[in-house]
Amino acid sequence: MDGYLEQIDPLLATAECRARVVDVERAAKGSVTLKLRANRAWQGFRAGQFVQVAVEIDGVRHQRCYSPASAEGRGPELEITVRCHPGGLVSNFLEENAVPGMVFGLSQAEGDFQLPEPRPGSALLIGGGSGITPLMAIVRTLFAERYAGPIALLHYSRDSASAIYREELERLAEEHPNFHLARSYTRSPGVGEIDGHFSPTHLPQSESRFADAEVFACGPPDLLDAVRGNWTNGLEQRLHVESFVPPTFVPMGKSGDGVIRFAESGCEVQNTGASLLEQAEEAGVQAQFGCRMGICHTCTRRKLAGTHQNLVTGEISSAPREEIQLCVSAALGDLTVDL
Amino acid sequence: MTTTTAPPERSLSPSPSLTPEQIQAFGEEMDAIRQRLLADRGERDANYIRGVIRAQRGLEVAGRGLLWAGVFPPAWVAGTAALSLSKILDNMEIGHNVMHGQYDWMNDPKLSGKQFEWDTACPADQWRHSHNYMHHTHTNIVGKDRDIGYGVLRMSEDQPWNRYYLGNPLWAVLLATLFQYGVALHDLEVERLASGEADLADKSELLKGIWEKVRRQTLKDYVFFPALSGPLFAFPLAGNATANLVRNLWSFTIIFCGHFPEGTQEFSEEETENETRGEWYRRQLLGSANLSGGSLFHVLSGNLSFQIEHHLFPDLPAHRYAEISVEVQEVCERYGLPYNVGPLHRQFGSVVGKIWRLALPESERRGRLGPAGTVIDGLGGAARTLGGAVRKVARLALPGS
Repeated sequence: MDGYLEQIDPLLATAECRARVVDVERAAKGSVTLKLRANRAWQGFRAGQFVQVAVEIDGVRHQRCYSPASAEGRGPELEITVRCHPGGLVSNFLEENAVPGMVFGLSQAEGDFQLPEPRPGSALLIGGGSGITPLMAIVRTLFAERYAGPIALLHYSRDSASAIYREELERLAEEHPNFHLARSYTRSPGVGEIDGHFSPTHLPQSESRFADAEVFACGPPDLLDAVRGNWTNGLEQRLHVESFVPPTFVPMGKSGDGVIRFAESGCEVQNTGASLLEQAEEAGVQAQFGCRMGICHTCTRRKLAGTHQNLVTGEISSAPREEIQLCVSAALGDLTVDL
Repeated sequence: MTTTTAPPERSLSPSPSLTPEQIQAFGEEMDAIRQRLLADRGERDANYIRGVIRAQRGLEVAGRGLLWAGVFPPAWVAGTAALSLSKILDNMEIGHNVMHGQYDWMNDPKLSGKQFEWDTACPADQWRHSHNYMHHTHTNIVGKDRDIGYGVLRMSEDQPWNRYYLGNPLWAVLLATLFQYGVALHDLEVERLASGEADLADKSELLKGIWEKVRRQTLKDYVFFPALSGPLFAFPLAGNATANLVRNLWSFTIIFCGHFPEGTQEFSEEETENETRGEWYRRQLLGSANLSGGSLFHVLSGNLSFQIEHHLFPDLPAHRYAEISVEVQEVCERYGLPYNVGPLHRQFGSVVGKIWRLALPESERRGRLGPAGTVIDGLGGAARTLGGAVRKVARLALPGS
């Protein structure tokens, strides 16, 4: 039925989850906030989780993970904030082109990084850059529930102009005495409440209130490593982390470099530079095939990560999650394929 | 390309002789055309295929709706026409092309070649094997390409004659009428089962798939939708049967014009062994024939009217074949390679002539059965005339072509 209903309105589809942009805001420098309204297939999300958003650019569907920053719930509304990365195809496209009415594909919410139920006695949130978004969902959810326990948020960003949700956080800190907000602007020291990269000295002075807090940290790997170093010796179980890295592609290697992972069969081989089909067969991984010359698409599978080269055309592509023909594709460096 | 030191007894492909270097250069020119189109693929193609899908959905809903009230003659006629067009678009311009992976690059699961299912009796996964792989890789290689006669007809002099083929014209009419079931059974290799080369016991998975799909299609067209009209079920039932028949005859006609008109060539397994990429391109060109016509005609043929371009580039969006055909023809001209194109009535007329001619063995037609052979050749000629008449009717019905 969806094939017919979606001709009237893409959001009428009942099986496939989709969302329409209802509002676009460009508050912080280099980022864009999109308010979305999902269709009936959407089952809602918990604060901290992420969704895969599929955006079509020049006919090609690209999927990226974003954490909703709005308060959790089962309703159709959700908000995402997209931070532009240099060379980032989807983020820059959205920053420049997002307008109300655009329709995206949506996955159901995923991820174990979420605000637990029942709510913890106190919550300590540590975010770096756009890693603030799932923490924002936690903050908004707790205040929507009139949470009375202490909440602290340490946010690390480059400068105040690019700090996402800066004004709203300042307002919340004024309104709620139980909310401790500390910002560090790593490129303009002295402007925020704290300075530099994460250190235990940044934690709220009235540490006792946060002694048994659940800790939620989200940001780039460096920040998470520093945070992990502070919660050791049995305290790890109170620490929840989500790595938030810009979509960096597996660095492109040379033909014959790296490791090929066959995700479904859990098998790994050293890349020889031969076609992925030949290497799969060599490794004993069953792969469907036909013409072995790039014509029939029988061996088409999904590449999950890495860079591949088309052996016939010489074309090189690093796009994640794209369908490739195993018989005429070779890996340039590390590559993972859904086989 | 076979070397000159050991020429085959009889070359199946008497084509202009090109040196291996020339053939390689020809292949590189084809690759360059392909590359240019790949680089240009984008939103335009996405909008095109979605537009066709939208039109097909609209025609299907309108057709089924009108046939529900099929007791009124104008509704029956309009409904049957709309449903026929819907099935033709679904099978030819959408199904066939999407399943080739022409839109895989869009990353849209709804347009993924490996997941698509179509409104015909043949299960999509079996089609992908028999067509995308078997036919498109081994195009016109006698003994390997089972599309030569679909296992039931004699369409090449190189298929040895036997008495069964006396019925060639009759089998062709039956195949055309029941084309969707012929296609559904294609992957079963009925002729190899009959000759004992293949065992039915090994085909149980295929049979199950075919049975499931045929059952679903039958329930849809001949039980569910007719039942919605209650006691007036006979009208939608007849409309659905007619739409399936129209689609069968149309797709048979277009598909048989792809590789069987006079001038298309067949190849032997020996001469295509260790084929280079350039030689593969050359075989696709020499084994295929195009149909000339207007843009509506091309859409309804699923752009198989550009069979040559389709066989050179089976996974490029088919609506682009028209623009590439200009370049392909120019390259062919430079290399002195034939480019077989003609209007539907001429190409189909020559196919019908071939069906009649090959009903008899060459020796018998020219020798002992001399007069009968003449009659049969005469019938072939008559078929051409009939083809001309069909074209005139088609021209009235489809002003666009």
